[in-house]
Amino acid sequence: ALKGEERKSRSTKDSGGSSTLRLTGLLCLLFLVFFSRGFASHDVVSEKSSGTTQEDSRSQANSTAHKKTFPVLSFNYEHVRTPFEISLWILLALFMKLGFHIIPTVSHIVPESCLLIFVGLLVGGIIKATGEQPPILDSNLFFLYLLPPIILDAGYFLPMRPFTENIGTILMFAMVGTLWNVFFIGGMMYAVCQIDAAKLAHVDLLSCLLFGSIISAVDPVSVLAVFEEIHINELLHILVFGESLLNDAVTVVLYHLFKEFAHEQAITVTGAVLGVISFFVVSLGGVMVGVIYGIVGAFTSRFTSYSRVIEPLFVFLYSYMAYLSAEIFHLSGIMSLIACGVIMRPYVEANISHKSYTTVKYFLKMWSSVSDTLIFIFLGVSTVAGPHTWNWIFVIFTVIFCLVSRVLGVIGLTAFMNKFRIVKLTKKDQFIIAYGGLRGAIAFSLGFLLNNNEIKNLFLTAIITVIFFTVFVQGMTIRPLVELLAVKKKKESKESINEEIHTQFLDHLLTGIEDICGHYGHHHWKDKLNRFNKTYVKRWLIAGERSTEPQLISFYNKMELKQAMMMVESGSAAKLPTIVSTVSIRNVQAKGSPKPSRAISKSREEEIRRVLRANLQNTRQRLRSYSRYELLNDALEDDISEARFRKQKEMERRMSHYLTVPANRQETPPVRKVFFQQEHKVYTYDDSESPRGRASPSCADDVSELKETPEKPDQSSTPRANRDAELKPKEQDDQGDQLKVSRCLSDPGPNPEDDEDSTFLP
Amino acid sequence: MYNYKHYCKNLHKYIHIVDVCFFTVSQEQIKNLYQRFQQLSGNHEKISRDDLERIPALNNNPIRKQIITAFFDKRNQHQNDVGSLDEIGFEQFLMVMSHFRPVNSTATEEEKVTVRKQKLRFLFNMHDTDNDGIITLDEYRTVVEELLSQSGAIETEVARSIADAAMLEVASTNVPHMAPDDFYEGITFEHFEQILKGIEMESRMSIRFLDMNTATMRCGKLSS
Repeated sequence: ALKGEERKSRSTKDSGGSSTLRLTGLLCLLFLVFFSRGFASHDVVSEKSSGTTQEDSRSQANSTAHKKTFPVLSFNYEHVRTPFEISLWILLALFMKLGFHIIPTVSHIVPESCLLIFVGLLVGGIIKATGEQPPILDSNLFFLYLLPPIILDAGYFLPMRPFTENIGTILMFAMVGTLWNVFFIGGMMYAVCQIDAAKLAHVDLLSCLLFGSIISAVDPVSVLAVFEEIHINELLHILVFGESLLNDAVTVVLYHLFKEFAHEQAITVTGAVLGVISFFVVSLGGVMVGVIYGIVGAFTSRFTSYSRVIEPLFVFLYSYMAYLSAEIFHLSGIMSLIACGVIMRPYVEANISHKSYTTVKYFLKMWSSVSDTLIFIFLGVSTVAGPHTWNWIFVIFTVIFCLVSRVLGVIGLTAFMNKFRIVKLTKKDQFIIAYGGLRGAIAFSLGFLLNNNEIKNLFLTAIITVIFFTVFVQGMTIRPLVELLAVKKKKESKESINEEIHTQFLDHLLTGIEDICGHYGHHHWKDKLNRFNKTYVKRWLIAGERSTEPQLISFYNKMELKQAMMMVESGSAAKLPTIVSTVSIRNVQAKGSPKPSRAISKSREEEIRRVLRANLQNTRQRLRSYSRYELLNDALEDDISEARFRKQKEMERRMSHYLTVPANRQETPPVRKVFFQQEHKVYTYDDSESPRGRASPSCADDVSELKETPEKPDQSSTPRANRDAELKPKEQDDQGDQLKVSRCLSDPGPNPEDDEDSTFLP
Repeated sequence: MYNYKHYCKNLHKYIHIVDVCFFTVSQEQIKNLYQRFQQLSGNHEKISRDDLERIPALNNNPIRKQIITAFFDKRNQHQNDVGSLDEIGFEQFLMVMSHFRPVNSTATEEEKVTVRKQKLRFLFNMHDTDNDGIITLDEYRTVVEELLSQSGAIETEVARSIADAAMLEVASTNVPHMAPDDFYEGITFEHFEQILKGIEMESRMSIRFLDMNTATMRCGKLSS
C-alpha cells in the first residue's frame, strides 16, 4: 500500500505543478496521516522527497530516450484527472466519517456536522497554505448532484402518518413563517444599513430583502444532520423537518423575485401580484411534476418482475428526473422530489422484491450520507477560500435578527395554530422548534449564485457566519438542552400487530362516529381517499394479487416474512434470539378439554409437537442448504414463503385426518392405532432427520410421557393449537424446543423411542 | 327544527352529563349534536338502532355493527349497568359521544390518566361482547374478521392467524413466563391498557368536532 501511495505521489509530481494535482498529492498525504495515525508520516515525507529527486532524473532519462525506446511504463494523469479527484474527495469524506465514529469521545459532544466543517476548514487551510486556490462549493454541483440524494432519502422515508396529521402546522411554519422571516430580517437589515457607522448606505432595500430571502429558510440538510443525533420525539422532528422541506417553494419564489427586481430598483404592484401567483405555480407545479413522475414510476414497477435487478434504478431515476424536470421550469425541485417519493413508495414497495427494497433503502442512505458529508466539508473549504468582506455591524445584526425573527415567528404561529390542533404545542416544544431552525448549505449556494458585485461578498460573509453560528452553537447545545428540558425522546417503536389492528380499528371507529355526527371531518376524508385508492389506484399500479390485499394483511405478512427470514438466516440454533417469553400459542388457544384428561392431552400434544417439529427442522435444513449457494439465493425468498405454505397445507391435511376420527369414543386402542400409524408415516418420511439418539434428559421426559396410557383423546382444539404452534416460525416456544432437538440430534446413540413405537403399532 | 324549549330546559343537565368526566363542551357543540340527534330520530325523543343503520355513509364501514351496538350498550353509560338498550335518548347519546372528547391541554396528569382509561374502556367494551371482563380469543377473532370483512374475499384462516398472533403478543408481553400448561384466558382490561400504551389515546381517539371552544353562550347561564 505504501508503494502504491508512493507511485501516486510521484506521478502527481511529475505532471507539472498545477494546483489540483498538488491538492491531490496533499490529500494523499492527509490520508496517510489520518490512517496510520502518524507513525508512518515521517517515512512518507522522506519517501516523497526522494521520489521527487528520482523522478526528475527519470524524466530526463525519459525525454532523451523517448525518441528511441518503447515506453514500458508511462503515465498519463490528465486522462483520469477528474474522476480521480472526485474519488479522492469522496474518499476523504468517508475517512472522516469513519474517523469520527472510531473516536467515540468527541462524537458525543460535538455533532458530526460541526466536525466535518472543521475538517473542511483544515483542508482548506492546508490548501491555501500551499498558495493554491481551494475549490469552492460550486452551486451547480451542489444543486444538481449533492442535494437530490439527501432530499430523496428524506422524502422516500418520510413517515406519512405524522406528516399528514400535522400538515397544517407544517405548511403554516413553512410558508407564513418563512415569509415573516424574510420581511422581518430584510426590513431590519435595511434599517441597520441606514446607520451611518456601518458605512453600508449603498445596500438598498431590495438587496436587503434578497438577503433576507436567502438567509431565512431553514435548511433540511443541517436539520437532518443535527436532529438525527438527538433522537427527539416524532412530532417535533416532523414539524421542523417538514418545515425545512416545504419552505423551498417560498425561498425559490422570493429569491427569483427579488433578484429580478434588484436591478429595477423597485417592486411594482403588478410585480407583487405576479409574485404571489408565481408562488402557487412554483409550489403546486412542483408537486404536480413529482406526482406525475411518481405515478409513472409506480406503473413501471408493475412490470419490473421480469428483470428484478434493475428495479432500484427505476426508483432513483424517476425521482431524479422529477427533480431535474422541476428545475427546468424553475419550479420547486425539492417539493417535486418529495412528492415523487411519497406517491411512488406504497405502490413500488408492493411490487418490488424484498431484495430490491433493501437495495433502494441502502443506496439512498449511502448516497445521502456521502452527500451530507461532502457538503459540510466543502462548506468549510469554501469558507477559507472565498473573498470575505467583514463588516462587524452587518454580521452581528444579521445573527441577532435571525434568532429574534425565528423566535417571534414560532411563538406567533404556535399561538395561532394551537387553536386548531388537538395536540397543543407546549412552550418546550416551541423552544425546540425555534432553536432547531438551522441554516445550511442551501443558503450559501443561493448566495453564491448572486451576481458579482461588492455586496455579494458582504452577504456571503454574513451567510457563512450565520451558518456557522447555527450549526456550531445551536447544533452543539441542542443536545444538552433537550436533556435539560426533558423533552420527550423518540420512543422505541416495536412493530406490534396489536397496535396495527387497533390503529385501523380506531380509524374506522372515528370515521363511523363522524358519520353519525354528520360531521365531515378529518377521518371522513381520509377514509374516502383510502377507498378511492383501493378501488381505482391500486388496481392500476400494483401488479397481481397484491392490489387487493388489505393493509392489515400486508403488515402481518411483512412481519411474518421478517421473522421467517431472521430464523432462516440465523441458521444454527445457537444464534436464536433470546427467548424472553415462554408463552406459546398453546397457552393462548382455547383448551376446551376438561381437567381430568389434561394428562393425556399433554402426551398427545408432545407427540404431535415432536412430529411437527421434526418436519419443521427438515424444512429449515433444506432452506439452509439453499442459502449456501449464491446462485440459488433468489430461491431463498420464495422458499421461505413456500415453506410456510407447504407446512400449513401439510399440517392441515394431517390434522384433518386426525380430526375426522370421532373424539368421544371410549375404546382407546382403535384411536391409538390411528394416531400412531400417522406418526409412523411421518417418521419414515423424516427418516434422515428423525429424532434418533435422544439421550439427553429433556428427551427422556418426552419419552416418559409416551408411556402414559392414552385415554379419551383431547378435543379438536388442542391439536389445532399444536398445528398452529408449528405453523409460525416465530414461535419462541418452538425455538426453545428446536434448541433441544438439535442437541438431541447431535447425540448418536440408542433410540428408545423406536422401540416404543414398535410396541404400539399393531 | 328542534324543540328549542325542551333543549334549553335540559341544557344544564346535558352540560352536566358531559362535564362529569372532566370534559367541557361549549353550548354550541351541544346544540349541534342536539340538532343532529333530532335529525336522526326524526324529531322523536329517542333513536333506535334502525335510525342509526339508516345512515348511508356508514355502509362502507366494516365495523358499523359494533359502532351501533356501542351506542346502545349500557356499559358505556357510566352506571355500572350491563345489557343493551333498545332506544336511547339524547342524554345517553351525549354520554357515548363524550368518550370522544379530546383532553384539555390544561388537564393534570391524573385527569389525563382517567380520560385515557375511559377511552380504553370504551374500546374494551366494544370488543368484549359477552361482558365477562376479558376479551377471549374468539372475540378477538371476530374483531379481526370484521375489520377485514370489507376487503373482499379473505380466507378466514388468515384472519384467524392474525388474531392468534395478536393474542400471543398480548400474552407474551403481559405474562412472559407461563408454564407450558397454563392457559391464557383472555385479555383483561389491564393487559389491554398495557398493549395499547404505545398509542396516545387521549389525542388519537377524539373527534375535533367536540373541541372545546369557549364560543358564544346561548340560552342561560353556564359556569365556564
